[in-house]
Amino acid sequence: MTLAEKILAAHSDKKRVSPGDFINVRVDLVMSNDITAPIAIREFQKLGVKRVFDPQKVVMVPDHFVPNKDIASAEQAKLMREFARKQGIIYFEVGEMGIEHVLLPEQGLVLPGEVIIGADSHTCTYGALGAFATGMGSTDIAAAMATGDIWMKVPPTIKLVYNGKLEKWVSGKDLILYTIGDIGVDGALYAAMEFSGEAIESLSIDGRFTMANMAVEAGGKAGLFGVDNKTQLYVKSRAERPYLVYEPDGDAEYSRVIEYDVSTIEPQVALPHSPANSQPISKLKNIKINQVVIGSCTNGRLEDLRLAAQIVKGNKVHPGVRCIVIPGSQQVYLDALIEGLIETFVRAGAAVSTPTCGPCLGGHMGVLADGEKCVSTTNRNFVGRMGSPKSEVYLANPAVAAASAVAGRIASPEEIQ
Amino acid sequence: MLKGRAFKFGDNISTDHIIPGRFAPLRSNLPELAKHVLEDADPTFASRVKKGDFIVAGSNFGLGSSREHAPLVIKMAGVSAVLAKSVARIFFRNAINLGLPVLICDTDGINDGDELEVDLAKGTVYDKTNGQQLTFGKLPEVMLKILGEGGLLPYIRKHGDFKL
Repeated sequence: MTLAEKILAAHSDKKRVSPGDFINVRVDLVMSNDITAPIAIREFQKLGVKRVFDPQKVVMVPDHFVPNKDIASAEQAKLMREFARKQGIIYFEVGEMGIEHVLLPEQGLVLPGEVIIGADSHTCTYGALGAFATGMGSTDIAAAMATGDIWMKVPPTIKLVYNGKLEKWVSGKDLILYTIGDIGVDGALYAAMEFSGEAIESLSIDGRFTMANMAVEAGGKAGLFGVDNKTQLYVKSRAERPYLVYEPDGDAEYSRVIEYDVSTIEPQVALPHSPANSQPISKLKNIKINQVVIGSCTNGRLEDLRLAAQIVKGNKVHPGVRCIVIPGSQQVYLDALIEGLIETFVRAGAAVSTPTCGPCLGGHMGVLADGEKCVSTTNRNFVGRMGSPKSEVYLANPAVAAASAVAGRIASPEEIQ
Repeated sequence: MLKGRAFKFGDNISTDHIIPGRFAPLRSNLPELAKHVLEDADPTFASRVKKGDFIVAGSNFGLGSSREHAPLVIKMAGVSAVLAKSVARIFFRNAINLGLPVLICDTDGINDGDELEVDLAKGTVYDKTNGQQLTFGKLPEVMLKILGEGGLLPYIRKHGDFKL
């Protein structure tokens, strides 16, 4: 069995599972946020169930429209807060919260070998730690909050092998944008993606989170990494419950095996309006921009801020650009503050915000006007994603985003350093 | 039998096309939210679509967000089913859970404005305008059961858990 099949089998009443099997899966954690939880709560209440199946396995994070941007979003956050307190589930208030997919791993709430479902499509992020994690809608989440179970169709697994060594400024973001550019936004539709190879072993945990995060952008149900020493080091100090590590069998059957030589891959930029429109940075000349966003569940971790700060240090954000930096959690914010990264950003003329998903989905804190162009370290650049349907989003890694903020146009980190 | 007109869309219609995140705070006001359905793909859709009509799309319909607002506003707008060559998985689950049929078939032969008749039980789409008949793949058993109960909530209310 593949890594995904092993984990799913261990959470079902079957010894072996195969792609296409319909199984009932026990879940280790059920997550929702301020957009999706209110619907899940209302549906949960309609079920006539009084208590969630296990308050220690249900978590709600206000992160999309908080601190509340308007009355409607304040009402949603309030509904969620009141439900969380009443049920005694895990909840993080403004001031201690973060973007869910940065926060939960950091808090030791998602662990290797677990099955996690979340009412957010980027729940697949947790695959970086060797978990089977996938996004669902609020109604599925309501059912799982009541029962502790969810039905799943066992996905086929696509194995992606990244050989060779990464060039300077090439990160997990570039590998996943390159991959989506190669296989397309439906290249892994319904499938689990299993990432492996020399370049993956050398990748930091933060880089792995970035890759797993965007598995859904290739249509994937989950994106999984094997557990190695780096994973153990990350998890050990955080885990408050035991966990099991699974490995794919030597004779695991993959629906497809794709190999890449990463030594030829440059930093990538995904042009509007699809994450699959990725291009090497060297091909992009003189694309003037109005805004840069550095943050999100894709690239809002400490390593990302370090890279961006390294580029902007001693430079100024271009006068034609608004540069918005959003640490992914309070812990990331605090670490960045202590390291002096926040000072670097502020001195360079960037705006630094409290953690929020805000601009990524055109919510608040950096919405775009007609005709504006933004380089963003987020995960989606669909039409209207960040505001006006006539605006454009270019997806890139934090170093490219920071270099572009300084240059006032899409630029390579090499040009600034 | 479902009857209505085809509203044709291309490949990779995302949940941001269907209902952009900028409208998400309107969630509690569904009729208002439904006025913006598919606005960024076709600004005239919401005003032209009538009860019973179909969305006919290419591949990977509904990619993107897990927000149920997407299938919900489509249902609110009166659309009786989505026909597509393939559908993103979260959208697929959400639509079935909310009782919106999603039918996988080769949609190339259907043109915008064609009059369609869909027989869910037989698994057929009859295009009255061009005389063509298509078949669509049967839904997995578990989805049929959920649709049969009128969505996931009534299903769980009745069975207490997933019975596979």
